[in-house]
Amino acid sequence: MEQNYFHSVTLDKDKCRGCTNCIKHCPTEAIRVRAGKAVIIKERCIDCGECIRICPYHAKKAVTDTIGIIRNYEYKIALPAPSLYGQFGPTYSRERILKGLLGLGFDHIFEVARAAEIVTMATQKYLKNPDIKKPIISSACPAVVRLIQVRFPSLIDRLLRIKSPMEVAAALAKREALAKGIPEGKIGTFFISPCAAKVTSVKAPYENNRSDVDGVLAIKDIYVPLLEKMKKQKAEGDDGFSLSGSIGITWAGTGGESSALNGGRYIAVHGIRNVNAILEQTVQESLEDIEFIEALACPEGCLGGPLVMENPFVAKVNLRNEARRAPVRMSEEPLGDDEEYIWQSTVEYRPIMKLDDDMAKALEKMQRMDELTDILPGLDCGACGAPSCRALAEDIVMGNAILTDCIIKLREKVDELESGSE
Amino acid sequence: MGQVIIRDFEIPANDFTVAGEASSTVRKLLVQLGVAPDKIKRTAIAMYEAEINAVIHGHGGKAHVEISGDKITIVISDEGPGIEDLDLAMQEGYSTAPDSIREMGFGAGMGLPNMKKHADELDIRTEKGKGTVVTITVYF
Ligand SMILES: Nc1ncnc2c1ncn2[C@@H]1O[C@H](COP(=O)(O)OP(=O)(O)OP(=O)(O)O)[C@@H](O)[C@H]1O
Ligand code: SF4
Ligand SMILES: [Mg+2]
Repeated sequence: MEQNYFHSVTLDKDKCRGCTNCIKHCPTEAIRVRAGKAVIIKERCIDCGECIRICPYHAKKAVTDTIGIIRNYEYKIALPAPSLYGQFGPTYSRERILKGLLGLGFDHIFEVARAAEIVTMATQKYLKNPDIKKPIISSACPAVVRLIQVRFPSLIDRLLRIKSPMEVAAALAKREALAKGIPEGKIGTFFISPCAAKVTSVKAPYENNRSDVDGVLAIKDIYVPLLEKMKKQKAEGDDGFSLSGSIGITWAGTGGESSALNGGRYIAVHGIRNVNAILEQTVQESLEDIEFIEALACPEGCLGGPLVMENPFVAKVNLRNEARRAPVRMSEEPLGDDEEYIWQSTVEYRPIMKLDDDMAKALEKMQRMDELTDILPGLDCGACGAPSCRALAEDIVMGNAILTDCIIKLREKVDELESGSE
Repeated sequence: MGQVIIRDFEIPANDFTVAGEASSTVRKLLVQLGVAPDKIKRTAIAMYEAEINAVIHGHGGKAHVEISGDKITIVISDEGPGIEDLDLAMQEGYSTAPDSIREMGFGAGMGLPNMKKHADELDIRTEKGKGTVVTITVYF
């Protein structure tokens, strides 16, 4: 099957200086520096945004839609991520933020926080099923789902088979609009996003399923225009769209999704390396007394997403204040048909770490990698463009690099030639 | 008959911070070799349990791993106190782990039964006062 390898995370070649920061921090070793510029290996990238956060020259960026896209639709629905509420200080309440969005040209707003509360209810129901093997791992963070797909195939059946709040929000918002008599083709849904991985999950959904989201706008791109609108608008007055309670709002930060489940043994882990370590333990079945794992790729969860404006720790305070003002749970919507929330198909294992389709050949390659690793200096300096000596050995075996890409090996060779010519 | 990939690991005594590292390293190798997910999972679980037992009960030890085209063999050996009554130790729920270990979430007496369940072959040689050698085989 043709795989769609669209990625939101991309490189700005002009800004890249070919340093080793990103290659060292990529959790799937998906970046190499070749000919002085970083190259992202598309098959391996999980869009976690680590490289965006780490690059000192801001050469990594996330491709999103621009606000102009909303003009393609007559009825424009904004789907603000709860992390948006953390971006502004106490002067700008949730009501003001949502009114501001209307000012930007949207006709309607459906809070993703509201959908998060529905996902919480669906998850509580899901966890009651005695036949599922626990711990169940949250599937709300697409970078974590992709990490599992490439690195932890045996954990695929632990993933929570419930749609993400963004997808649930889009589907419900569309249904509401249809009920108002607006024709399907005229409705556009736009996620206001802290997240690059969500862009990818909209443009290249898992296993080519369809996304109900029509566009993704970065919080940092709409921040300034939104602030200007809010300044011009009256502060008081009800917006009529603030329908989620504190449960949905706190989903933006770490611990939000798991504490919403209310009781039981749940853990909340954030930061891709910490997630990796917890998944490793889950495979070894040493966490069997845990019921649910909330796992978010970004430090401090979506508040630390690559597309936000505010420092995540400041955003956390803003969000907490906003949550305090809200009732615990506003959306009283009973759960609809399971089909509306439950995944209709599963995600598949993507064996991109595999050295060869033929196991005998893969063993041969690994053997050669072992031999090369013995010869290489073991400095893991990154000067060759690979994140470690072992990764260079792999690149050589796979035909993507040569031994003298290692600067130490190159020097040895030059010394050899020189002493030979004396 | 084909290539064999070999790995050796030290398993330090009572160091829970590195416990499980050997089995996760091996898991990554199996993913790179394209071994079926179910076999990887069974290997990871069985090896982890043996590793932890060496840490907790065996005063630390060694792991020797051989991977070939049709199987993985893991030998975990320690020079600890040995297992007094192996049949008893193999029973679910049997554990001599002290309270301090139980507080850390170990000591349910499920490790050896789990190894038995997930390994295709499990061979345990143990001698009181001398040590224990656990050999786990999973066929691909
Ligand atoms: N390597 C070893 N050296 C000495 N004794 C061992 C060793 N491995 C197991 N035992 C003995 O066998 C018992 C049962 O082992 P098992 O792994 O089944 O349970 P456990 O380690 O006590 O608990 P759990 O594995 O559930 O955390 C142990 O309590 C211990 O007395
Ligand atoms: S933690 Fe949130 S912002 Fe970061 S990748 Fe996951 S879903 Fe996106
Ligand atoms: Mg044990």
